[in-house]
Amino acid sequence: MSCSATRTASMRTAYGEALVEVGRTNPNVVVLDADLSKATKTSLFAEAFPDRFFNIGIAEQNMTTVAAGLATCGKIPFATSLAVFSTMRACEQVRTSVALTNLNVKIVGFYGGLCTAENGPTHQCIADLGVMRPLPNMTVLAPADAPSCKACVRWAVEHPGPVYLRGLRDGEPVLYDETGPADVSRIQIHREGNDGAILVNGFMLHLALEAADRLAARKIHITVADVITIKPIDQKTLLEIAGNVPCVLSVEEHNVLGGMGSAVAEVLAQKHPLPMRIMGVPDVFSNSGKHSLLLEAAGLTTEKIVENAVELLAAT
Amino acid sequence: MARGQAHDVDSLREIARQLRIDSLRMIHLAGGGHPGGSLSAADLVTALYFHEMNLRSEEPDWPDRDRFVLSKGHGCPVLYAALARLGYFDPQHLDTLRKFGTILQGHPDMNKTPGLDATTGSLGQGLSVGLGMALIGRLDRRAYRVFVMLGCGELDEGQVWEAAMCAAKYRVANLTAVIDYNQLQLDGTNDEIMPLEPLEDKWRSFNWNALRIDGHDMPAILDALRAAREHEQGPTVIIAKTIKGKGVSFMEDQLDWHGVAPNAEQLEAALVELGP
Repeated sequence: MSCSATRTASMRTAYGEALVEVGRTNPNVVVLDADLSKATKTSLFAEAFPDRFFNIGIAEQNMTTVAAGLATCGKIPFATSLAVFSTMRACEQVRTSVALTNLNVKIVGFYGGLCTAENGPTHQCIADLGVMRPLPNMTVLAPADAPSCKACVRWAVEHPGPVYLRGLRDGEPVLYDETGPADVSRIQIHREGNDGAILVNGFMLHLALEAADRLAARKIHITVADVITIKPIDQKTLLEIAGNVPCVLSVEEHNVLGGMGSAVAEVLAQKHPLPMRIMGVPDVFSNSGKHSLLLEAAGLTTEKIVENAVELLAAT
Repeated sequence: MARGQAHDVDSLREIARQLRIDSLRMIHLAGGGHPGGSLSAADLVTALYFHEMNLRSEEPDWPDRDRFVLSKGHGCPVLYAALARLGYFDPQHLDTLRKFGTILQGHPDMNKTPGLDATTGSLGQGLSVGLGMALIGRLDRRAYRVFVMLGCGELDEGQVWEAAMCAAKYRVANLTAVIDYNQLQLDGTNDEIMPLEPLEDKWRSFNWNALRIDGHDMPAILDALRAAREHEQGPTVIIAKTIKGKGVSFMEDQLDWHGVAPNAEQLEAALVELGP
């Protein structure tokens, strides 16, 4: 399933294109944006279906709740902004008008993690997964690349109920073939090995695959798996993976508290305890700067993944 | 019930009186709830549900029904009483308000109560929900109308004004906001907590058609609803001056009756005033 990462593609453009695709086949798909349509690429949908696009202005609380109103009338709204505003500025609206109502609203937030980089910590978002995960009825998706983002959009249209889709930006290495994963709700296994397992999502998949190559050169063979759906997490595949390895390392571009690593640990601690490390953004706010430098400062590099994997293996 | 075929003014007044009685009984049995804001809204809810709105109680999900969003969700007893009277559910459920396992939650839950169009209670969100419904009515070329009832204290919420601006942008003439303007909120009067005036000017400056009426004057309410229906250029707000606790002398305009249930003695005294 996984391609070698020889090319990159914009996840935002993929999102806009996917909306147009689903918009063509499903007339109930409608899209909202909060004056960021040129950044989120919902502009592509707006051009194709002007009547089904609502630019609500810089008012995420209203946008989220209007989306709930649209959904009461049978529509499938994609309410789109930046991750930090979609999930945090409008958090209580998501809880009350979307999650509690169990309406068919898709909350989409781009620039998840640190990838809005130079814009600084006001625009970076390392808490979205932790904020969305404890909301009953909410499904939480965090794809790694353009094809898997498209697959998430297609999946969300077919999946009735609230969904949070965490997007990145552009320039993500393409790691899936063009059609993306067949079922994004399942953990996607990219490498198989019995010495350990690395569970990742988002941009970290690319780094974990590089780390796996370096470990393989040292005769350490590890499983690399992409946890696209953080909630409800694919327990079956997770426990199958855990059953074949002595230890698990999770790596994500999110606060080490409350994200994918936490979701994995909640399952393993109760059903298959084994040594585990959680790599992510330390529980501090980041800075302005190049994305690669912010990741380095957070310890999210190929080298650090290798280092942590080796240490974890040595301890087990 | 088809719009306009319903009841004459005297019958509507009688229904409103019954809804007030039902509300107080429910809140008493529940041992908690919001009597003041239920009584202030009773005439407005009656005019909407028993005269203005186009509904099919036997088909709660009828796509062409008019919608009602009680954005001031804490006033739900009077809405539940109206829905029961219209046959959306067995009136016996009214005795279960706020009790574990009830279909009548402490604040409105659209997934639990037949006839409810929205889940509300967290103040400030209802106008946005109603705006979404109104946008789809227009997109799908359906003739339904959407009514959103707001509390006055609720107007403190910034989201109300986000929605107001947005509704004017889209010129949704099928959307009507009704403000239950009893001038009291939990901690004090509007003037003490957050002054709202000049309120019509605020809405007009947001490009809404604004009407001010006495929210207990049934003919005036019906006239305003008709004027809102006939206004085709955009949304209308009806600022309905009301009295919190209306109909029970010792509750009227009393801050303390915002969120307290009457005990047996107080209920009896209230029912004597409201009549048999």
